[in-house]
Amino acid sequence: MYDFQYHKPATIADAVKLLAADPEARPVSGGMTLLPALKHRLNKPTSLIDLSGIAELRGVRREGDAIVIGGMTTHYEVATHPQILAAIPALARMAATIGDTQVRNRGTIGGSLANNDPAADYPAAALALRATIITDRRRIPADEFFLGMFTTALEADELVTGISFPIPEKAGYAKLRNPASRYSMTGVFVAKGPHGVGVGVNGAGPCAFRQAEMEAALSANWSVDAVANVKQSPDDLNSDIHGSAAYRANLVTVMAKRAVADAG
Amino acid sequence: MNVTLPSAVSSGGIGARVRRKEDLRFLSGRGQYTDDLVRPNQLHSWILRSPHAHARINSIDTAAAMAMPGVVAIYTARDIEAAGLGGVPCGWQVTGKGGKVMAEPAHPVLASGKVRHVGDPVAFIVAETRAQARDAAEAVEVGYTSLPALPDLRAATAPGAPSLHDEAPDNICFDWEIGDKAATDAAFARAHKVVRFETTNNRLVPNAMEPRAAIGDYDPNSGEHTLFTTSQNPHVIRLLMGAFVLKVPEHKLRVVAPDVGGGFGSKIYHYAEEALVTWAAAQLKRPVRWTCERSESFLSDAHGRDHVTTAELALDSDGRFLGLRVETLANMGAYLSTFAPAVPTYLSATLLAGVYTTPAIHGQVKAVFTSTVPVDAYRGAGRPETTYLLERLVDVAAREMGMDRLEIRRRNFIQPDQFPYQTPVALQYDSGDYEATLRQALEAADYAGFEARRAEAKGRGMLRGIGVSTYLEACGIAPSKLVGQLGARAGLYEVANIRVHPTGSVTVFTGTHSHGQGHETSFAQLVAEQLGVPIDMVEIVHGDTGKIPFGMGTYGSRSLAVGGSAMVRAMDKIIAKGKKIAAHLMEASVEDIEFADGRFRVAGTDRSKAFAEISMAAYVPHDYPIEELEPGLEETAFYDPKNFTYPGGCHICEVEIDPETGGVEVVKFTACDDVGRVINPMIVEGQIQGGVAQGIGQALIENTVYDGEGQLLTASFNDYAMPRAATVPDFTVLTSTTLCTHNPLGVKGCGEVGAIGSPPAVMNAVVDALRDYGVRHVEMPATPLKIWSIIHGGGDALPQAAE
Ligand SMILES: Cc1cc2nc3c(=O)[nH]c(=O)nc-3n(C[C@H](O)[C@H](O)[C@H](O)COP(=O)(O)OP(=O)(O)OC[C@H]3O[C@@H](n4cnc5c(N)ncnc54)[C@H](O)[C@@H]3O)c2cc1C
Repeated sequence: MYDFQYHKPATIADAVKLLAADPEARPVSGGMTLLPALKHRLNKPTSLIDLSGIAELRGVRREGDAIVIGGMTTHYEVATHPQILAAIPALARMAATIGDTQVRNRGTIGGSLANNDPAADYPAAALALRATIITDRRRIPADEFFLGMFTTALEADELVTGISFPIPEKAGYAKLRNPASRYSMTGVFVAKGPHGVGVGVNGAGPCAFRQAEMEAALSANWSVDAVANVKQSPDDLNSDIHGSAAYRANLVTVMAKRAVADAG
Repeated sequence: MNVTLPSAVSSGGIGARVRRKEDLRFLSGRGQYTDDLVRPNQLHSWILRSPHAHARINSIDTAAAMAMPGVVAIYTARDIEAAGLGGVPCGWQVTGKGGKVMAEPAHPVLASGKVRHVGDPVAFIVAETRAQARDAAEAVEVGYTSLPALPDLRAATAPGAPSLHDEAPDNICFDWEIGDKAATDAAFARAHKVVRFETTNNRLVPNAMEPRAAIGDYDPNSGEHTLFTTSQNPHVIRLLMGAFVLKVPEHKLRVVAPDVGGGFGSKIYHYAEEALVTWAAAQLKRPVRWTCERSESFLSDAHGRDHVTTAELALDSDGRFLGLRVETLANMGAYLSTFAPAVPTYLSATLLAGVYTTPAIHGQVKAVFTSTVPVDAYRGAGRPETTYLLERLVDVAAREMGMDRLEIRRRNFIQPDQFPYQTPVALQYDSGDYEATLRQALEAADYAGFEARRAEAKGRGMLRGIGVSTYLEACGIAPSKLVGQLGARAGLYEVANIRVHPTGSVTVFTGTHSHGQGHETSFAQLVAEQLGVPIDMVEIVHGDTGKIPFGMGTYGSRSLAVGGSAMVRAMDKIIAKGKKIAAHLMEASVEDIEFADGRFRVAGTDRSKAFAEISMAAYVPHDYPIEELEPGLEETAFYDPKNFTYPGGCHICEVEIDPETGGVEVVKFTACDDVGRVINPMIVEGQIQGGVAQGIGQALIENTVYDGEGQLLTASFNDYAMPRAATVPDFTVLTSTTLCTHNPLGVKGCGEVGAIGSPPAVMNAVVDALRDYGVRHVEMPATPLKIWSIIHGGGDALPQAAE
């Protein structure tokens, strides 16, 4: 990696101040995505703002009918937290399938949301559950947050501080892993919640998206059969050596069926 | 012949499940790998590699880079040529049809004039820190004119394809044949049926757990160079690098291969980086180190496999094999790596008889240069390619003959009473019992119960298939005279030096190298057994040309068969000398001395001396036949094997395919292998399990993909799929033994059988699982995408091979 300055602020305000002062500075949470990029010299930030010293970014709490998870919460914490296990078990199960043990112990939900990797798990859950991403300055509905491949609504100096998930009546998740990276080739998160039915898809397209036809089908009839007949168009889906667009389109239906079965 | 061996051995000798002595240091992080070694005043290096598959180098400007902080030196081809260094040599010369010797283009240490694959080393940057060296590498300006890439066999052999090397204008390295063409043509002329089959053996990246590393050191006082390197064969490196590249004589060059974290073949070869650090250290009078990055290793370590083959099998109406014709295109990559020419020829085509009595065989191999990383031996080296070809071909033939897959095999097996069996492709098998390994594997796998399991899986919506492979391989390489006739530029004997210390403890210096095989344990068991000393009184030393007389290293499952045999020979000499000493001490005649269980006895009496008493007498020769016998107790043996060894057996794989996703899961795997005498069953099982894991990896997920520009698309673990714990099932691993007849231990070798026997078993199971879909063949790897496309006849479905 190239040389960089290192800062470890104790408050969100200080972190944002550091970011605002230097457009080439980057926040680092778990570092599981950013550090490999630095090691490969794909990135040359002037300084890293380490968020791990900020107590405000930690913790999981219930706020009314929602579970609010702090940005620095690790995948391992999401997978094992009693309140999440009780309120949104599908989210905990999803977190338990991210990467490997090391990644789950370092990687964070805030880092994953901010990064918006098309093959990352959480964005599908955020979309399906109609989550709200909380930043240092505003609250952004998931539908308006994930804009495209590795692109979000965040401003350059804006930090994800947490995410609020409305507690669903039921939810389920299924994915097929890419045989090499073990990231999601295609995953589908389904939820029936206070704001209706949500179907979020990751891995298949350049950005996680909601599958409206499936949402309509499940709203009418929450069953495996309801999604079994909904075909995803392969247009605009990802195609690479591991999966063609047609293959991924098929997986959207298959994983949706399995996610509904998982939700019960 | 089936041999029953003692089942439980308490002494830690042959046959005991002794825990691996080396594992404590490995598992507790105390292994000493090359990269762990810190030399005083050391420098670091970085290699600037070609981003192009094929390009002319117009200019290299290092001025800006030289001015960067910490930079000590930057070397390019010009410096290497000015110093008069040689190129990286090839260790095997294949002579093709009509006596035409292979094209052997220069393989410069740093690219000269042209780059020929992405990753070809262009400049060597030495600095105070690794980061400084890497920073400077980015400032080196290289002017390239890109040339058309030759990313695969098809592109390189297309009419009018540009030449990669002037020495091989048509990109052909050699065009070679084996067997009797006329006899084979005659067999086809009277065939009842001819089965034709084409397949590609997918290219693999070895990916040992420890990336390669090298440290050069130089002592200006003695003029001695030392290279610490991640090698499977330090003496071979000393020979190749010393004699051909650096031109440094052996007594001034020490090569040390300390703990090495896996090799699988990729650490046999002499690589340019070894020569660069050794040479630069002498130039700069400071140690110079280099450690490969994981992603860099995809572009710099020899790949494996990559054969495209067409085969035709002639059968009579009973399903007996009459003749076999095979034509292979073998990818050599951009340059000839150390053993590359031998892999598709003498290590592969010589196996075309397999376990069958096919009387007439003709094999042809064209080796081709492409603008890709060099290809060389990878676990199994040529034998997995042929085994896969044969065992898939036999399944296809059974289907086209309407025969049972086991019956067609049994009808063609070489029978136990036919050994020694001379094949039509040069090899003479000494022993084996293919029916025995088949029968035991079938039982252990509950083959008979398969259809019920298939029906049960169908109820769950899953497609279940079973596949069998009955195979053999040739290893324990190799008789020097024979391989010399075949083009090897080295002998392939092995060396053991056994030093018995005064108190009876033993140090064994072996020319083989252990990098995962557990030699420190199994060799110690062997010595403990023969000398009758406790196993913890035996130390195995390997990997240092400064300590070990000589050796050819570890590959081709040779360490026990050849290296172990050398130990037996050296111990025979120790015992013979011990008998003379014992005879003197006990005033008996030498002929009357017997040695067993660590004691020298006068036959028919109760007089005896312990091994340690004799060793003490040898080093304190007060009462000693000093006029006739030298003091001391240390012996060396060079053992040259009489033949290859021929392990073999049966692998049975069961898979389940999820038709919705195309995902293939190995749900059951049974292996029954005949590896000859087993020294440590636990280590043998581990070797077979590891090999099978790699075989499953090749069959299901591993693949190396270049794009049309010669860029490696699978250049990291993000895109190159490695088998993981979840990829492999619980194995049932059995052994069934016939002894090797020509080495003193009766051992055959177990390092590669797992990777050789398993891929066709997996693929036969995959095709069987798809039997309702009319699928004749599926190419490796059977990825979810490929299987789904076949099932759903989608745009990616594979064309059926021509009938
Ligand atoms: C081997 C491996 C396997 C993986 N497998 C999976 C998988 O299966 N599924 C999956 O979903 N992910 C997977 N990941 C990614 C992993 O989950 C990462 O942890 C996650 O994508 C990023 O989280 P992080 O905390 O590590 O972020 P970092 O690496 O620290 O940061 C990632 C990016 O987000 C920015 N950033 C970080 N925190 C914030 C913040 N609070 N506000 C604004 N911007 C921020 C950083 O500047 C950087 O650009 C894998 C990673 C690895 C290394």
